[in-house]
Amino acid sequence: MNGIIDISIWQMAVAFVYVAAVVIIVRMMGIPREVQIVISSLRMTVQLVIAGYVLVYLFDQDSIWLILLVLAGMEVFAIANAIRRANMPLPTGIKRIIAIALPIGTLTSLAFFLVVVVGEDAWRTPQYVVPLAGMIIGNAMTGITLGATRMVDGIRSRRAEVESALMLGATPRAATRLIVRSSFDAAILPTVNSMVGMGIVILPGMMTGQILSGTSPLIAIKYQIAIMLGILGSVSFSVLILAEWGYRTFFTAEAQLRTETLPQRQAR
Amino acid sequence: MTTPVASQFTLDNVRFGRILEVPHLEIPEGKVTCIVGRSGSGKTTLLRLLNRMISPDAGTILYRGTPITEIDPVELRRRVVMLPQSPVMFDGTIRDNLLIGLRFSDRPPVDDDTLHRILEIVDLRKDLSEDASLLSGGEKQRVALGRLIAMQPETALLDEPSSALDPGTEHAVISRIVTAARERGVTVVMVTHAQDLAEQIADELIEIEAGRIVSNVRR
Repeated sequence: MNGIIDISIWQMAVAFVYVAAVVIIVRMMGIPREVQIVISSLRMTVQLVIAGYVLVYLFDQDSIWLILLVLAGMEVFAIANAIRRANMPLPTGIKRIIAIALPIGTLTSLAFFLVVVVGEDAWRTPQYVVPLAGMIIGNAMTGITLGATRMVDGIRSRRAEVESALMLGATPRAATRLIVRSSFDAAILPTVNSMVGMGIVILPGMMTGQILSGTSPLIAIKYQIAIMLGILGSVSFSVLILAEWGYRTFFTAEAQLRTETLPQRQAR
Repeated sequence: MTTPVASQFTLDNVRFGRILEVPHLEIPEGKVTCIVGRSGSGKTTLLRLLNRMISPDAGTILYRGTPITEIDPVELRRRVVMLPQSPVMFDGTIRDNLLIGLRFSDRPPVDDDTLHRILEIVDLRKDLSEDASLLSGGEKQRVALGRLIAMQPETALLDEPSSALDPGTEHAVISRIVTAARERGVTVVMVTHAQDLAEQIADELIEIEAGRIVSNVRR
């Protein structure tokens, strides 16, 4: 069999019967989560329907400007989301670094992937640019949130250590070396973990999608391997920029630890 | 502006918020200066001003005749090393912790013989390869003091160095450190609440009350 079985709108709707069953069971068990399940299912459906039509429109237009506009929108959304999803208020300096690091890290990876790895006209074909950008930017967004959070938390909780190091003549870079390293670790860990389980525990989404649409698994894995390396690269690159510039925002020009940039410990 | 060579620090019209106000103060070179006063009187603030861990709102501080604002802060802290009140151990062994100040200031490490002599000065009978995080509070304080000795700074700023030591030995340890410092011509500025210890070792005794220097006695 070649190609894909297109399911009708009614067939898709049958999938909701499944969710309805879940809602009924959850309700019977007295777990008050039925509203969340219904709302998130509906929200996902509406978002994807819109995304589907937007993509169809985008693919029809074949305009490089439109692609750039979509990329810009994705970056802005990713930056805002990366900052919002941190489980603590981030200092302004770190927010600025995120706003610089995320686009640089992701766009370089995307450009490399589209131009060097895939080649041909991929860089100006929305069918390639949009989904790949989504994967690269989405993963970097998660990574940079984890990295920034770990860095802020590290400097806050190891403040005495950082100050002691400064008092012993350490440069701010040397005084925060271990914190910066652990923030890099935190950022790339999810990507590294997912790579470890790939092909054994999980068949990744992109590969599954390609296989479902009739692509040979041998082609699909080539794309998947390349995109995973691209994701690892973009997460690493974004977080390296955060690491290189982020720690500086915690210090004054006189190599003093800024107290005002550290968020207050939340009351429990 | 000329400053007497004998003055290691000269403070003029220094103000830090409402915490500290110093119209004029000279801290002599190669001597032991003790700063006493109640907690919250501004003693630690004064120390932190001297190595630019904080900057004054107004006034000038000279280090050996040069305004400290003209000395690179990291460079200044390699010459004017401060020991904070609560000793901090970095990951690693006692050896790592004794050597970390040298590493932070990009200087070569010293050999184990020197480290053993330092452990004798601070009266710590421990193996250099022991994990520093497992030490007691008093032992950590000794390692922190030893770390500072290993750096052989021009000036040592000690913030309550005896607070974590047990009362039986604190005087002996501090006296030995002060003696070692005197032999090497190191200027020591020490904050303490222990009046008797201060009177025993100080060449210059400064008393602070509510952010003002109320007495300054050269002995």
